[in-house]
Amino acid sequence: MSTRDTEGGHVPKEPSMIKQKELLSAYYDRLVAAPQTGQKVVYTFVPGNLTELLLAFDVLPVLPEINALQSAMRGRSGDFIAEAERAGHSEDVCSYVKCDLGMLRAKSGPTGKPLPPPDLLLLSYTGCFTFMKWFELLKQEFPKAEVAMLHVPYQADGVVTPEMRQYVLAQLREEVVPKLERITGKKLDEDRLRELMEKSALAEDDFVAVLEAGKKKPSPIDGYFGAVFYIAPLFSAFRGTDDGVAYYRLLREEVEQRAAEGRGPITPLGQLDDQRIRLVVEGPPCWTSFRELWSMFAAEKAVVVASTYCKVGGLYDTGFRHDPRRPFDSLADYCLGCYTNLSLPSRTDLVARYVREYQADGFLVHSVKSCNSFSAGQLLMLRSLEKKTGVPGGFLESDLVDPRYFSGANVKNRLESYFQMLLARRGAAAERAAEVTP
Amino acid sequence: MTYAISDMPPRAATHGFPCFVGIDLGSTTSKAVVLDEDGRILGRGITNSRSNYDLACRIARDEAFVDAQMTRLARELAADPVVEPHVSVLRPSVERSFRYRQHVRQLATLRRVCFELAAGQGTLEGALAAIFDEMEREAETMFSGLRPRPSSEFFRDVAGGQFQALAEKIAAERRVPFETVVGVLDRAMPRVENEPDDLSFEGNARDALGRALGRYAKRSDVLSAAVSAALDRVIAEPPFVVRSVGTGYGRARLPFPKEQIRSEILCHGLGAHATFPQTRTVLDIGGQDTKAVQVDADGVVTGFQMNDRCAAGCGRYLGYVADEMGLGVHELGPLAAQASHRVRISSTCTVFAGAELRDRLALGEKREDILAGLHRAILLRAMSLLARSGGVREELTFTGGVASNQAAVAALRELVDEHYGEGRSEPLRINVSPDSIFTGARGAALFALRGPAAGPARGEKMS
Amino acid sequence: MATPVSTQSTSSAPRRPEEIAKACEAIAFDVSFAPVRAWKERTGRKAIGFLPIYGPREIVTAAGMLPVAVMGGGDRVEIVRGDAYFQSYLCQLPRSTIELALGGQLDVLDGMLFPATCDVLRNLSGMWRMSFPDKLVRYLDFPHDHRPLVGMRFWENDLRALAHDLGALSGIVPDETALARSIALYDENRALLASLDALRVEAPHRAPIAEVYALVRAGAVLPVEEHSVLVREYIAAAKAADRAPRDHARVLVVGAFCEQPPIGLLVTLERAGCYVVGDDLCLATRLVGEQVATEGVPPFASLARAWVEKARPTASRYLPNEEKGRWLVDRCRALRADGVVLAAPSFCDPALLEQPMLQTALDRAGIPHTCFKYAENTAQLQPIYEQAGTFSDSIRLFTEAA
Repeated sequence: MSTRDTEGGHVPKEPSMIKQKELLSAYYDRLVAAPQTGQKVVYTFVPGNLTELLLAFDVLPVLPEINALQSAMRGRSGDFIAEAERAGHSEDVCSYVKCDLGMLRAKSGPTGKPLPPPDLLLLSYTGCFTFMKWFELLKQEFPKAEVAMLHVPYQADGVVTPEMRQYVLAQLREEVVPKLERITGKKLDEDRLRELMEKSALAEDDFVAVLEAGKKKPSPIDGYFGAVFYIAPLFSAFRGTDDGVAYYRLLREEVEQRAAEGRGPITPLGQLDDQRIRLVVEGPPCWTSFRELWSMFAAEKAVVVASTYCKVGGLYDTGFRHDPRRPFDSLADYCLGCYTNLSLPSRTDLVARYVREYQADGFLVHSVKSCNSFSAGQLLMLRSLEKKTGVPGGFLESDLVDPRYFSGANVKNRLESYFQMLLARRGAAAERAAEVTP
Repeated sequence: MTYAISDMPPRAATHGFPCFVGIDLGSTTSKAVVLDEDGRILGRGITNSRSNYDLACRIARDEAFVDAQMTRLARELAADPVVEPHVSVLRPSVERSFRYRQHVRQLATLRRVCFELAAGQGTLEGALAAIFDEMEREAETMFSGLRPRPSSEFFRDVAGGQFQALAEKIAAERRVPFETVVGVLDRAMPRVENEPDDLSFEGNARDALGRALGRYAKRSDVLSAAVSAALDRVIAEPPFVVRSVGTGYGRARLPFPKEQIRSEILCHGLGAHATFPQTRTVLDIGGQDTKAVQVDADGVVTGFQMNDRCAAGCGRYLGYVADEMGLGVHELGPLAAQASHRVRISSTCTVFAGAELRDRLALGEKREDILAGLHRAILLRAMSLLARSGGVREELTFTGGVASNQAAVAALRELVDEHYGEGRSEPLRINVSPDSIFTGARGAALFALRGPAAGPARGEKMS
Repeated sequence: MATPVSTQSTSSAPRRPEEIAKACEAIAFDVSFAPVRAWKERTGRKAIGFLPIYGPREIVTAAGMLPVAVMGGGDRVEIVRGDAYFQSYLCQLPRSTIELALGGQLDVLDGMLFPATCDVLRNLSGMWRMSFPDKLVRYLDFPHDHRPLVGMRFWENDLRALAHDLGALSGIVPDETALARSIALYDENRALLASLDALRVEAPHRAPIAEVYALVRAGAVLPVEEHSVLVREYIAAAKAADRAPRDHARVLVVGAFCEQPPIGLLVTLERAGCYVVGDDLCLATRLVGEQVATEGVPPFASLARAWVEKARPTASRYLPNEEKGRWLVDRCRALRADGVVLAAPSFCDPALLEQPMLQTALDRAGIPHTCFKYAENTAQLQPIYEQAGTFSDSIRLFTEAA
């Protein structure tokens, strides 16, 4: 993900940040050069991405959601969305899709340079119906691209049945692999896939250690705004690579060092050591006002200790790892287990668990207009979580990448009220306790 | 010249009568409440927010101080056995005289500014002179106590309304275009509002008192001396602001340290608790937003919900509707109360308000019936926020500008009964205070009283 | 209290089509579901609800229960609690559905099926589980892989599991024979609805859209045999009725597959000069229009196959390569439609994202189209009247000039 937001401020850069920036920028260079180098390009989505399988074929993944959020962080999404709306798209619909389509129409890319066209549209449809429309639209833009559909069944009952796994496995073997073989002209090398998965698992271990550092007090990480950067390599093209392994090792060491010294995470307002409020956040970020929103938290000395958004590309902290001993099964389980594929009751249970395990003072639901997959039902989640945890919830509304839907005054008002409420309640509780034990 | 907000607090007194100030800078009105050390309300002040928050804040606070001093004067008078039997008559009389003085001063300024703007235009000047002469005559009776006080207390509204009415008549008589005459008023009013003037208690009280006493029966020297002495005591001990806390839409504009700024949600919760201690749910419908707040037995907020960025169903929506119907906002409620049936309105979107209204009128629906439907539609939105915040289980307190609208209160009553009334032996209690508009400011003042630690509401004496 | 519902004529004189439609309206738009209550009282059996765009009604019927398509509260419920569950930027149907459920109107349903129509309905299945833990809740995950041994097999397994769960509730686990019988009943109904469609294409003035819609929608709550009787009666009555054709444009309405427009909106279209000769209204009971029973294929397998091979192309299905655009163009030609009205519910991602693709296909084929958004409780019909009127005029002027 973009590092633009950390460039603006006078905040010290850590080695992991510099490393991430290098990795991503080198990757974009490779992508832009693909038409020259002849490397094949696959467009796919973050939830349920099959990076190891793609890398086993030496193809380059492009993730359209990341294009959209990067455009937003660079302040371009408003124009791209306007472009898509001029082409007939409604103001009501997902702004990721419009931003991506507008970017294509503007012959631009997330870094300004246009991306290469896809050789394959790999629709790994995991937990978001809009992905399907998105790829139908992309197919219209790229009529020559091959399409592979991977339908990942929804965990409506909170479990993965053998039939569901079987269905995904069959599609992997009969749809995805053959299409990758066709566009690359290579046979799948399963040993190579196993090697990649071994490295994935190493990076995943370190990544989980980083996220779980949020349980410490003070928390050495911000598990939402900060974690957006932590997830970037793992959720995109770097799982299974040496670079990925090295990045997560470096990051883990930094975070552990930070924890040992009792230091908090670096925020747009500097290092947050004095943490008054610990929060869990449910819902994706608002990319257009990412830094502004983060600053509102930091100004109130609020740190996010855990979030659901950094689980959209895999629920590693509940134990899942890519497993070289059973590569296809673990790909199937990976897709089936992403946060976006969980039912509302499972999502609620997970947040409740985070509130308990991370000893949070409260939880905030960030509801975005664009994402029905996240948003529909969040108000019920909120009430149910308040009951389950006994902790008050906050509710914010904005959008992913449409700047028209971020009202700074409204968000600030709600956020301040919420933080002040938490503190007032804490004060009241302390006083009650003092009355009991004079 | 305009007031700068950094002038506050105006009195750098280190002694005097200790008091605590809460200021609520709302999107349409700014309110101030002054409390004494026991948390009792001494004074309230309100003004329209204009485009100038700083000034609005200053005026509201000054008004609250005048009111506070009046209260103190009344307390002093009540303590004197000679005067005590007369207090109930004297206090309103003094207040009226005081308001009259303020009004006359502002009217003089308005007259001066209007003439400056109209300089050299003979017929226009003539018309203005006729208008102002009449307004000055009217002012006498307006504050005489024989007529009810004007419904809207802002100078802008009172004087503006009079001016317009007179201008219609006089402009026609003198063949001056009505628009020209009113145009002068429109340009003059902001200048008058921004011009500093001494409207303070200290500067005007003695005069007002003299006038009031003069009007009050046969002036008794004993009474007069006692009242004068009481006034001396009040003036000798000026209010000393121990602490101020700000809240409301424009709170970020206040030059207070961060710990003296409180979210309006918390202030409304605490203010409503202070007014009605059994309150567990607060519904506040203001100009720009609607809030549903849940509080515990101590007035501490336990949950809340606000409307999203769209102002649908807020006070502003009623403003649009009133404009569309050519009515004043305060006329909507009474008109809606006359409805014989209720038109179903689906959209409380401010953008569509006009279109939907015209549609309905074109279909032959009566204004009052449409209005009854509109009030229900607004309260339906509020009901959703209430449901989101956790529903209504015990006493509900309704605050904000819209709470003074009888049709809105009736619609809320009906909806609360429909949705939360089932299986109850008696209906859920809904509190509406005539001073509900000051709820946020009162909460802020209570936070000020509590000190920078902003601890919970405990052990305070509440009125 | 259940009100008695008459679906059939009591007197010997045949009913006029508008009388049949009136009776259907009373059944179709009753948000208290009195007809379902009455059926349950009469039979002592259970009822299962399902949301658009699809429910395997054949299985529900075979399990001895009544399938009921729940299509929101339309403009007949006032939303209070529904807004407490859904943000302002989500569509209306789930809002009014939860309003009905919390108001007790849906108590009559012993279970609820949630098809994979979109993210909102998918999540509604979870909300249902959390809010009504005593009711049976099943999510129907349609396969988007269409291979017989992959997607179709997965779906058939799912349908069998559903049959098992429904059987556990009703005490009648449907076997292949029971399902075959049930499919035959629905196939008869589908054939009748196809004749109704044919009548509209031949003589749209004989079957006004408001009547047709009420008739079709009554099928959402009535037992299929009873509905078939009504459809048959209506077709005969409509053919016999003395109704004069008007100079209207022939249009297809597309996009209303889930949240339904208010009936006033459909009347407005016709009043503005548009005969609706085809539509995707009430798709919940019409997604599969062809005969399901297939020679030599066992019933469960044919039902599974029906979704994959016979379901209408619609925004909730993934079909790349512009298949849906081509289908729409072909359908316009088959129905001799002059133009297309793209009507989509506000905030409906599938319908709205589909629109530009359909527009491209229609433009290429030279078929005029117009589009607007609605909600099930849209009250402002004047702008739609103006728009549809202009559209109809422009089509007729165009065809006259041509």
